[in-house]
Amino acid sequence: MPELKAIASQIRRDIVRMVHGANSGHPGGSLGCADFLTALYFKILKHDPAFHMDARDEDVFVLSNGHISPVFYSVLARSGYFDIKELATFRKINSRLQGHPATHEHLPGIRIASGSLGQGMSVAIGAALTKKLNNDSNLVFSLHGDGELDEGQIWEAAMFAAHHKVDNLISTIDWNGQQIDGPTSKVMNLGNLRAKFDAFGWTTLEMNGNDMDEVVAGLEKAKSLTGQGKPICILMHTAMGKGVDFMEGTHEWHGIAPNDEQLAKALAQLPETLGDY
Amino acid sequence: MSLKDIQPTGNKDTRSGFGDGIVEAARKNPNIVALTADLAGSLKLQQFMKEFPERFVQCGIAEANMIGIAAGMTIGGKIPFTTTFANFSTGRVYDQIRQSVAYSGKNVKICASHAGLTLGEDGATHQILEDIGMMKMLPGMTVIVPCDYAQTKAATQAIAEYEGPVYLRFGRPIWPIFTKEEDFIIGKAQQFSTGTDVSIFACGHMVWNAIQAGIALEEKGISAEVINIHTIKPLDEEAVLASIRKTKCAVTAEEHNIIGGLGDAISQCATRHFPIPIEYVGTKDTFGESGIPKDLLKKYGLDVPDIVAAAEKVLQRKAAQ
Repeated sequence: MPELKAIASQIRRDIVRMVHGANSGHPGGSLGCADFLTALYFKILKHDPAFHMDARDEDVFVLSNGHISPVFYSVLARSGYFDIKELATFRKINSRLQGHPATHEHLPGIRIASGSLGQGMSVAIGAALTKKLNNDSNLVFSLHGDGELDEGQIWEAAMFAAHHKVDNLISTIDWNGQQIDGPTSKVMNLGNLRAKFDAFGWTTLEMNGNDMDEVVAGLEKAKSLTGQGKPICILMHTAMGKGVDFMEGTHEWHGIAPNDEQLAKALAQLPETLGDY
Repeated sequence: MSLKDIQPTGNKDTRSGFGDGIVEAARKNPNIVALTADLAGSLKLQQFMKEFPERFVQCGIAEANMIGIAAGMTIGGKIPFTTTFANFSTGRVYDQIRQSVAYSGKNVKICASHAGLTLGEDGATHQILEDIGMMKMLPGMTVIVPCDYAQTKAATQAIAEYEGPVYLRFGRPIWPIFTKEEDFIIGKAQQFSTGTDVSIFACGHMVWNAIQAGIALEEKGISAEVINIHTIKPLDEEAVLASIRKTKCAVTAEEHNIIGGLGDAISQCATRHFPIPIEYVGTKDTFGESGIPKDLLKKYGLDVPDIVAAAEKVLQRKAAQ
């Protein structure tokens, strides 16, 4: 298997090509989370690309910030859930690759629709509770945007998870400090996130989400801390748009597509390691 | 079959039918779990909690989170029943139901008590009159409004065996019990009388009022066909059309805004297949208020005489055609 960094490079190529092909979509957060999702699906997660909705005897991943669907679809296809050629249908009519992830078209790998923000942590908790009831010792992972933490439901879920000792749950926050209207510090200040999750009763870790070794180590550490009576939160520092210099570190590329020239410029920075779709 | 022969076998709240029904269902199916948002007592979950403590999930006053958790619990085969008041089951969490339950096709049962005016003294903040409309607009959602304790108990058990999202609406007041559990089938209208002059379609608590109205109409020499549309979606169009093809006019009666509820469903069915005059008994695009249920039904035009008057009016309209 190619090493994780090489896979992540191909996934970044997929992301910009998909968004360019659809002339819409969300490249910024997708690029920022490419290393995390690569590490998760190619190293950490116990999962079966044959795909069983019920996920008995495997881990579950819930993408709560559904707008970063390009990275999710690419990782699923590159893991074998469906043919990589289908990535070309992203956001087009009659596609299983909806703008935001959906179960409705039966795309393998998707267990819940997301897009309207703030709902995925609750869903992940539900899946984690069912695992406990089923005596299934596998884990539930979820990913959330930092802007998504503006939603009140996240904090309802955070309170619940600690109260009910949902300790088979690892929720990661993509802390890139950007949201649609600008930096989170200007739109809605997140304050001391670590102190907030600590105060809600979670075990809180931090990692650099764009350093592959650190991501793998961080996820492994999080796994080692499960089963101890507390849900785990990873505050993951990333740069929005990571890997494409002109998209990096700005909210400007949250939800727009590159033109032909920008695509060429982006792809020149991203080695083709597994073959384009 | 005469409406006068329909005698109550007792009086009980429909929410107790839910509480008793979920225990029966849970005894049969180990995958059933119950969630609540700090209203376990109001939803009559005491026995469930006693028998199945590990299958009961207390969510606190956080309904959005409860709906999301319920959706997630289906991953791995659980059948979650969420419980709170009808307002907090629907209006407060519409988007959570829309995305995480309905669009995601999850097998979640949204069980809602204290619906409509008969909630009574708590007033308009709690008396939701728009929930049937919201829920029936969601693709794939089944909407059931049982009429008494027995039917609510039967419906609770039936939805446990039905695969797919369901909205089950019931209420707070003590109400006559006049149906048999075995007579309930999801999607199958329940006919109480055979009539020739006017069809009366009702749901929930209003079915009892519709039967009383039917008796009053019989005494005036008007032959009313009283039909319980407990399943508003999918609508039993066959039963509706069979009745209105015969009577050629109808009254609908529901504890809900006449916009968006049972009346709209019947009206759409009629206008598409067999247009007839219809009169609507329900709240007329208004909020409710505090009061005892009996007074509220009277003030807002949902009492027995209101159904009788609506039938007489629709008969005049039919005659004028």
